[in-house]
Amino acid sequence: MKKTGAQILCESLIKEGVEVIFGFPGGVVLPLYDTLPQYPKIRHILVRHEQGAAHAADGYARATGKAGVCLATSGPGATNLVTGIANAYLDSSPMVAITGQVARPFIGKDAFQEIDITGITLPITKHNYLVLDAKELAKVVKESFYIAQNGRPGPVLIDIPRDVFQQEADFVYPDKVHLPGFKPTLFGHSAQIKKAAETINAAERPVIIAGRGVIVSKAFAELKELAEKAQIPVITTLLGVGCFPETHVLSFGWLGMHGMAYANQAVYNSDVLVAIGMRFDDRATGVVSSFAPQARVVHIDIDPAEIGKNVRVDVPIVGDVKNVLEALNQQITPREHLDWFNQVDKWRDEHPALLIRESESLLPQYVVRQIYEVTQGDAIIVTGVGQNQMWAAQFFFYDKPNSLISSGGLGTMGFELPGAIGAKVGRPDETVWCIAGDGGFQMTMQELATMVQENLAVKIAIINNGFLGMVRQWQQLFYGRRYVHTPLSGPDFIKIAEAYGIPALRVTDKKLVVSAIEKAMAHDGPFLIDFVVEPEENVFPIVPPGAALVEAMEMPAPERVTRPSK
Amino acid sequence: MAEDKPGVLNRVSSLLRRRNFNIESIAVGQTEQPNLSRMTIIVEGDDAKVEQVRKQLDKVVDVVKIVDITNDDKVARELALIKVKATASTRSAIIQIVDVFRANIVDVSPDSLMVEVTGDEEKISSLLELLRGFGIRDIARTGRIALTRGGAGPLQVEETKALKQPPKALPPEAESPPDW
Repeated sequence: MKKTGAQILCESLIKEGVEVIFGFPGGVVLPLYDTLPQYPKIRHILVRHEQGAAHAADGYARATGKAGVCLATSGPGATNLVTGIANAYLDSSPMVAITGQVARPFIGKDAFQEIDITGITLPITKHNYLVLDAKELAKVVKESFYIAQNGRPGPVLIDIPRDVFQQEADFVYPDKVHLPGFKPTLFGHSAQIKKAAETINAAERPVIIAGRGVIVSKAFAELKELAEKAQIPVITTLLGVGCFPETHVLSFGWLGMHGMAYANQAVYNSDVLVAIGMRFDDRATGVVSSFAPQARVVHIDIDPAEIGKNVRVDVPIVGDVKNVLEALNQQITPREHLDWFNQVDKWRDEHPALLIRESESLLPQYVVRQIYEVTQGDAIIVTGVGQNQMWAAQFFFYDKPNSLISSGGLGTMGFELPGAIGAKVGRPDETVWCIAGDGGFQMTMQELATMVQENLAVKIAIINNGFLGMVRQWQQLFYGRRYVHTPLSGPDFIKIAEAYGIPALRVTDKKLVVSAIEKAMAHDGPFLIDFVVEPEENVFPIVPPGAALVEAMEMPAPERVTRPSK
Repeated sequence: MAEDKPGVLNRVSSLLRRRNFNIESIAVGQTEQPNLSRMTIIVEGDDAKVEQVRKQLDKVVDVVKIVDITNDDKVARELALIKVKATASTRSAIIQIVDVFRANIVDVSPDSLMVEVTGDEEKISSLLELLRGFGIRDIARTGRIALTRGGAGPLQVEETKALKQPPKALPPEAESPPDW
């Protein structure tokens, strides 16, 4: 039976198990929007800006592991998706972005709202398509989801001209894809795995660095088995937070620019580094030459191009983390590294990182800590980028698998709110906290309307310091305290929330933090708290730009916060 | 080897630009298989850099197979068309040089000759050097193309390998519900 391109697209999305689309209508996608009501299985969530659609699809994808879908019209609709697509690309988040395009006869004529979105997104997608015939559409959708969700996940864009939505064609959904140029390696080479096992078995001062690849591959149990069997301290990357329980006795925090000093020390002094599903980002390694100078590096990743890109690797293994670890664990001899373990523990005592200094005033670290206490860690935390992100990652202890969703590689202010919306849509039974700075929040706060329209009970904590805080911190530390364009006069966030119909509280007193969080949790629906915190509080530790990991600046005069243990 | 689709060259060249690899030469043409085209790309860099180029190009979905033949035994050729100023007195001298290089005269006009030459880069450069004295009016030069000597093509090799290894596993089910 003949169907229109729009119908073929909807049918194909249903075949791929798509339940929700984050979108915004416009001229050339009208034929598709006109068709949507025929497919009530597909829930469409109307955002207030297409950037929100892309971030929400990304948040949804990270929370569920399934590709998030966003939809925008041609021209400005498509370009507004770009930041969100780039964000998903750099953090390996599966996404299918669908854009409308001007009708085929107008392509290349600079028609109204025409833009070359496949050209624009070439460097920020795994692949993209301009569909010039409705007959191709089903195959393209099938391939897009396959590419987005397999191998190292990432975004794929499908650009569809208006008249292709209206063109009739036979609908046959292909059972399989034929992509000779896309064949991810899923199983590690057995000789390499053997070599890795030998290296690990012979290690005296081993360290695991686990990244987001562990979460993507759902290799939580396998990672734990490896760590426990070989008694190796587990350090994560920022995006790897939530791949290993942080209150586990083998957990030693996360590394990098704002990572725990003891984690950086451990990496620096290790003799074997087992890097799992991570890509040695510069924020994680500091100066590469003094990253882990004595270590033999075992690197497990599904993307062969990441191996040897930034750091010299001794034992490369290309494959899906879960499969590789399964095979590797069988060859690991149980052993202990007591001296090494004690040494790392000593560094933890000497360089305590999770510090909340003593103060009468309301400190951002304290706010995050109380969110942890009240939720008892049973929540998904979503952040954008900046000081708020670092505090959220440091002072909340992530035991729950995949419980921190944060913009890492692109470092996108404005991801937090729409990202949290996507996470809540994907996992409606979870408590979702959006921890935002007052700067990042103002970048996408129009999405409050989306939350209200869809009644998404996201809890929002604004860490309001009246500054673009991370930039201000850099100005303070590295630019002679010249605060050029970082002081930020925000609106009255309580009034903003109320204008959208969202209950809100302002907290300026340390004593009222807990009750405010409890109130937000008790409320059935979205809730906003404006925490007016100490304006010039800094994130510590910080590895200065151009320095080695072990040269971190630590917080002066600390009060030790002990990590809860089970 | 890449799928013969619109925009593939753009995907490849855009990737090389974005990753900051300098393309010295690029040549694209059809192959014995109707849906595949062959790109011969020359980039400069040490082993690590070339390895990174290869791996990054491999991630382009339309790229089917990529082989680094820098150190292989191969035949590499370029083609050049050279328009040389020629008068009645210089014409025969030019033709003599062209003969020595086993090049061809492909067009003659009252005041110029067009020379077609194929060979490796060195040969073409030497011929150009000799012709320069007569006055070169125009040059069109292709990028280098190359094939390794003997044996099978890159795709046949892959097919044989694929047959020898039984399929180990299916790709993870995209539809499987997340366990978190």
